[in-house]
Amino acid sequence: MLVTDQVDVEERFSAMERAKTEKVHVIGCGAIAREILAVCRANKLSHIDLTCLPAIWHNTPDKITPGIKTAIDKARAEGFERIFVAYADCGTGGLLDKLCEEEKVERIAGPHCFSFFAGNAAFEAGWDEDFTSFFLTDFLARQFEAFVIEPLGLDRHPELRDMYFGHYKKLVYLSQVEDEKLQEKARKAAETLGLTYEYRFTGYGDLTPALLHA
Amino acid sequence: MADDEIILEDLSDDELVQQMHDDLYDGLKEEIEDATNILLKRGWVPYDILTQALVEGMRIVGVDFRDGILFVPEVLLSANAMKAGMFILRPLLAATGAPKQGKMVIGTVKGDIHDIGKNLVGMMMEGAGFDVIDLGINNPVENYLDAIEREKPDILGMSALLTTTMPYMKVVIDTMKEKGMRDDYVILVGGAPLNEEFGKAVGADAYCRDAAVAVETAKEFMKRKHNLLAGA
Repeated sequence: MLVTDQVDVEERFSAMERAKTEKVHVIGCGAIAREILAVCRANKLSHIDLTCLPAIWHNTPDKITPGIKTAIDKARAEGFERIFVAYADCGTGGLLDKLCEEEKVERIAGPHCFSFFAGNAAFEAGWDEDFTSFFLTDFLARQFEAFVIEPLGLDRHPELRDMYFGHYKKLVYLSQVEDEKLQEKARKAAETLGLTYEYRFTGYGDLTPALLHA
Repeated sequence: MADDEIILEDLSDDELVQQMHDDLYDGLKEEIEDATNILLKRGWVPYDILTQALVEGMRIVGVDFRDGILFVPEVLLSANAMKAGMFILRPLLAATGAPKQGKMVIGTVKGDIHDIGKNLVGMMMEGAGFDVIDLGINNPVENYLDAIEREKPDILGMSALLTTTMPYMKVVIDTMKEKGMRDDYVILVGGAPLNEEFGKAVGADAYCRDAAVAVETAKEFMKRKHNLLAGA
């Protein structure tokens, strides 16, 4: 290798490193990847570098905190200095907050994506009415079979339905985009679960300000 | 009839109990009902059927659930099968004066309608010889206090599935402290988003990660209580 080539490589490497220190590395849940990208596009957040973790952890929250810890370590090893966690508490029972505090990173405020899509304040205010509601987002409406029916074994044992959903009164579809096909899927999901159906358009809710301030 | 079909009546007692473990594991409700009735006809004491066949079978299910071999749907099917056996045995257990471990009041906290875990705990506790008073779902603090007053339990169990509802356990425990009654009861908490640290933070005696742990923890506390009383 010529000396000039070496200099060239070093300069380019240095430029990449500089870019990484200026970027915000977002570690997000795969179940909101589409929405994060949409918010980034709409707001021209080109400084955001996104890594997504498996969406199916929605069903196994104990995997979330260790998974994010690994992703933070990896991002730091790659040279990212600014990291933002695009998760809510998501059933980690405060463990994710503890990790964020230790790692000095922030996450999206709120207990779960249903809440921040609806807007945390509005969601909390409506909880007395909504605590018997089963929520879907665009992602969950799209992936209803894979994320609800199959993991709960309802495809194999539909007789278990009322053990899971007997106390719910309605299915509320909190939609991020207006999509007739998804609305139809959500309506059918409500029927499958034996619940009444309600549609609420939320848009991206608190996700947008969270990413703008990341 | 298929060649490999098992005729429960033809099995020896030991084989039948083993078969009940397998049938519980596979969530076969009718087979559990049949086998329970066969053992009763053979003169088995209801308490022995409960402990040796049903509880032991569910213990195996619990271990495989904890180890990630079985998942929630399978455990629910097993629980339904056990429930069917319990349904037959319950009146007989009461009539034959089966040994009692203690009494537990259990309920899901206010704002929370999830009860699968709570129901499993209730059933396993009953199987282990506890009287279980189930308050159901969405319980405000008054429900717990009324039940404690009425039932005089040894143990209070609280369950929550949501990050937003689990802090309500502290409301209940703090109210009990204010009334000077906290230390009269063993308080066990559980639910998917909880952890040991949370259990300590809200002032519970123990966090139980699953139904099997809840039973073992409850038994342990009852043993301690017994020793304390014996030493007094």
